[in-house]
Amino acid sequence: MDVRIGVLALQGNVSEHIGAFERALAGMGHTDQSSVFPVKRPADLERCDALAIPGGESTTISRLIDKNQLDEPIRRFPGGIFATCAGMVLIATRVDDPKVRPLGLIDMTIDRNAFGRQKESFETDLPVKGLLGGPFHAIFIRAPVATQTGLGVTVLSRLPQGIVAVEQGRHMALAFHPELGGDTRLHERFLKNLKI
Amino acid sequence: MVKRQREKQRVRKQPGSREARRLNLGDLRFGTELLKRGFASMQKGGVIMDVVNAEQAMIAEEAGAVAVMSLERVPSDIRKAGGVARMADPERVLEIIDAVSIPVMGKVRIGHIVEAQVLEVLGVDMIDESEVLTPADEQYHIDKRLFTVPFVCGARDLGEALRRIHEGAAMVRTKGEAGTGNVVEAVRHMRAIMGSIRGLKGMDRPELTDYAREIEAPAELVIECAERGRLPVVNFSAGGIATPSDAALMMQLGADGVFVGSGIFKSSNPPRMAKAIVEAVNNFDDPKVIAKVSKGLGEAMPGLDVHKLSEDEVLQYRGR
Repeated sequence: MDVRIGVLALQGNVSEHIGAFERALAGMGHTDQSSVFPVKRPADLERCDALAIPGGESTTISRLIDKNQLDEPIRRFPGGIFATCAGMVLIATRVDDPKVRPLGLIDMTIDRNAFGRQKESFETDLPVKGLLGGPFHAIFIRAPVATQTGLGVTVLSRLPQGIVAVEQGRHMALAFHPELGGDTRLHERFLKNLKI
Repeated sequence: MVKRQREKQRVRKQPGSREARRLNLGDLRFGTELLKRGFASMQKGGVIMDVVNAEQAMIAEEAGAVAVMSLERVPSDIRKAGGVARMADPERVLEIIDAVSIPVMGKVRIGHIVEAQVLEVLGVDMIDESEVLTPADEQYHIDKRLFTVPFVCGARDLGEALRRIHEGAAMVRTKGEAGTGNVVEAVRHMRAIMGSIRGLKGMDRPELTDYAREIEAPAELVIECAERGRLPVVNFSAGGIATPSDAALMMQLGADGVFVGSGIFKSSNPPRMAKAIVEAVNNFDDPKVIAKVSKGLGEAMPGLDVHKLSEDEVLQYRGR
């Protein structure tokens, strides 16, 4: 089956997400018709089965979502959303900072920069619920956490500071950066959940 | 030896709370190359703005800057003031850190290890070892691998960029000529780096090794550039960007993002100029958007002819 994945390309770690999804698709034996491409405008979104919202600066991306009139199209997007770091902030229902206008797609409350500044950024081996093959090597960069999740949200992983990985229906949100390492297990899990 | 001790300090066990043990977490690693380059990568497609106080930092954040660069004076004022330009007052840096939620960067003099240590302690997210300040060391740059925070450094050509990366820089910015409002040097340096990388295509290993010697860069980094078709770290443009069109030009020439120094807060309407440059970088390949955001912006910063600067006024010659 072919699957089309858009990566929101307003600001941030876009090319790494494209590369990681391409590797995940190849690993799962998808056909050449599958594609991963950048999304900048509402029209691009109509071609997607899934959308990745990458890491970057959430205040900047939030502003550019409004400027490019992507706010409503993303809220109404029928496919799955894969959100990492800043993406996790944006996809939430509530954020502790009024400078970010969250899209309200996963029922959770976000604490931005919950671990502190860049010198507190870290890598660790993180157990993720239901993930085969051992812990996931997770890269946290000025990462957020969820402090509260609603019914219907499955918590996949947590640290003492808060929740760092969740699923809700076809959506997945991660506080860390799976696109920066070589491990595509979480990308693959997300793609399987799309059931295309 | 010192390096190894540092490495050791940077691995910490999870705080010994019962919850941490119950969660069965591994060690935490801080200040790794991946974390440093990863931080730089999150800035891509963004605008990093020079600010001298909390009020300017908030204007920059509101406009959509991905980060702010805290400094004592913007480069055009450094030119006017003359004398020795140093790291900003820590009180000022902290005031800026408290005012915004986006990352805060800070400039230190080339080779000034202690200014860098001070900024790291203050909590700055990235350090710019910058030729815009007066160099503290005319021979050596800081050994950036010894720090937990990432560094960005200026470069005029591929050799200089790779020497800085070899020293541990997690991000490169082309130097341009800061404080001039004249984009010509930024263009020259971006073209030099991108052109050299394009030139690597088709070279075999002996040729790449020979070329590395010629540009005084480590061979393995030259080979890595050849394989990837780009620098191994994020490359921003800086030094002379004064308008939305300038910013978009640098993006079209291959920059991953831009630093704007005097260009915003020396223009007649900083909040509008800041927003316009953010939008121009986001839509750098769409002239219609650039036309729209450039309308009625007021005066850009006053410009300088770089050919009329005397040799000791040219900042880009500092550090090599």
